[in-house]
Amino acid sequence: MELNGGSVVAMIGKECVAIASDLRLGNQAVGVASNFDKVFPVNDKLYYGLPGLATDVYTLKEHLRFRVNMYRMKEEREITPKTFTHLVSSTLYEKRFGPFFIEPVVAGLPTPTELEPHPKPFISTMDTIGCITTPKDFAVAGTAADKLYGVAEGLWEPDLEPEDLFETISQTLLNAVDRDALSGWGAVVHIITQDKVITRTLRARMD
Amino acid sequence: MNSVLTHIQPSSTHSRLEEQDEFEHTDSAAWGSMAGFGNLSRTGGIAGMSVPRVANPTAFLDMHTDNMSSNPEAKIKIAHGTTTLAFKFQGGVIVAVDSRATAGSYVASGTVKKVIEINKFLLGTMAGGAADCQYWETYLGMQCRLHELRNKERISVAAASKILSNIVYQYKGMGLSMGTMVCGWDKTGPQIFYVDDDGQRLKGNLFSVGSGSTFAYGVLDQGYRWDLTDEEAQELGRRSIIAAGHRDAYSGNTCNLYHVKENGWDFIGNYDVNELWYEYEAKKKADRETATAATAPSPMAVEP
Repeated sequence: MELNGGSVVAMIGKECVAIASDLRLGNQAVGVASNFDKVFPVNDKLYYGLPGLATDVYTLKEHLRFRVNMYRMKEEREITPKTFTHLVSSTLYEKRFGPFFIEPVVAGLPTPTELEPHPKPFISTMDTIGCITTPKDFAVAGTAADKLYGVAEGLWEPDLEPEDLFETISQTLLNAVDRDALSGWGAVVHIITQDKVITRTLRARMD
Repeated sequence: MNSVLTHIQPSSTHSRLEEQDEFEHTDSAAWGSMAGFGNLSRTGGIAGMSVPRVANPTAFLDMHTDNMSSNPEAKIKIAHGTTTLAFKFQGGVIVAVDSRATAGSYVASGTVKKVIEINKFLLGTMAGGAADCQYWETYLGMQCRLHELRNKERISVAAASKILSNIVYQYKGMGLSMGTMVCGWDKTGPQIFYVDDDGQRLKGNLFSVGSGSTFAYGVLDQGYRWDLTDEEAQELGRRSIIAAGHRDAYSGNTCNLYHVKENGWDFIGNYDVNELWYEYEAKKKADRETATAATAPSPMAVEP
C-alpha cells in the first residue's frame, strides 16, 4: 500500500452511485506517474477500484476480467454488483496465505428486473483477503482511507442526485488526498446512473 | 520562600532597591520553566536541557524516536520531509523553501515557515525535526545578539554557524534531527554554511537539503551561474522548489522565497506550488507549440 500509494472512494446517491480515485503512481516518496487509473469497468453499470500495490492492480484486474468473461459465457447474462463482490472476495481469499496487497472497492447499479423493478444502488469494499463490507453510505480504501473517512463523514448525505453526488465525492476525494502525501497527482470520478456513466478528470493539486 | 507570586506582586513595604536586589539573588529557575535558556546567564552553557535518566541516553532515544534511519517503527514520530535550498550568486544569496510538514504520510501542515529569521542579516533554513531547528536557531539568534553587544560588531556567518554546529555536536547521537543552512551577509560578503545534526559544517556556494533536495538540485544545477541577475536567480530558486514540490511526496504546498543583500534580507514572496506548477506546464506547452510551428517541415519539392 505505502509502496505505490493511491486511494479510492465510492458513494451511494439517489438511483446512482459514484466511484472516484486519484491518479498517482509512486515509488515511495517519488511520484512516477500521474495517469495511473485504479478504477475499471466491468460493464456500463458496474465499476471497481483497486488501490494498493501497483503490480497486483494489473494482475488482479486481468484475473477478474478473465473470471467475469467466463461468468458471462456460462450464464449468458451480465454479472450483478453483489455477485461480482463475491467473485472478487473469493479470488482474494484464494491467496489467503500470500495475499494481493489490494483493498478493492466495488460500485454498481443492479439492472431492474421484474421481481426487482427499483434495485438499490450497491457499493462494497474488502480487505486484502476478501472480507466483505457493504456500507449504506460510502466506502473508502487506500493510503488516504482514514482521511477519506473524515471528509466523507462530514460531506455525505442520503439521496443525492447525480450532479450533487459528483460534487460531494469530488470534494471528498480532493480534500482527503491533499492531506495524504502518497495520494493525489490528479483524480478521476465516475458517476453511474441507469442510463449513462459520466466520467470526469479533476484538476487536482500536483504536489 | 519560593513563590512566583511574591516576585510579581512585591509587597508595598519593599523599597525599589531591595526589589532589584532580590531579583539578582534569585535563580531564574524560580520563575518556572525557562525552556533550557534559564540558567544561561550564569554558566554560559546549556545546562537546563534534560536528558533521559537512564544509563545510556543515546541508545534509549534511538530506540524510541524515529530519527531518520535507525528505527522507523518507533512510537514517537518526528515531523520531517522537506525541500530547502540556498545559493550564492553575484547579487547575494537566494533562499527558497517549501512549506509542507508531514508525520508519516499524513500532511500535518501546508503553511510551515521553514526559513527562520535569526536577525536582519541572518537566515536559517529548516529541514528535519521542526522543533529542533526552530529552537536552536532561535537560540542562535540570542547568541548572535550577545556577540553584537559584547564586541560592538555584527557576528560573521562563519562564527554564527559554528555556534550552531558546536551545539549540535554536544548533543550528537541524542536524536537531534536537523539539516540547516545558515545564510547571510557579513563584512566578507554573502555566505552560506550547511550545518547538520551530526555536527558537519560546510561552506559552499550552493546547497539543497531535505527529501526533495535531489529534485531541487536537478533544476538548480542546470540553471545556475554566478552572474545570474536578481530576477533570474529568484526565478531559479522558485522553479527548483516547485519541481521538488511536484515530484517529492513529502514536499509541496507553498514556496517561501528570500533574497539576502548587502543591507540584510528581503522576503520576496509566498507562492502556491500547485498554481505555479500549472503555470509552468501551460508555458511549456505553449513553448512546444511555437517550436513545432517554427520548425514545421516545408512541403518538399515534388518533381513534376
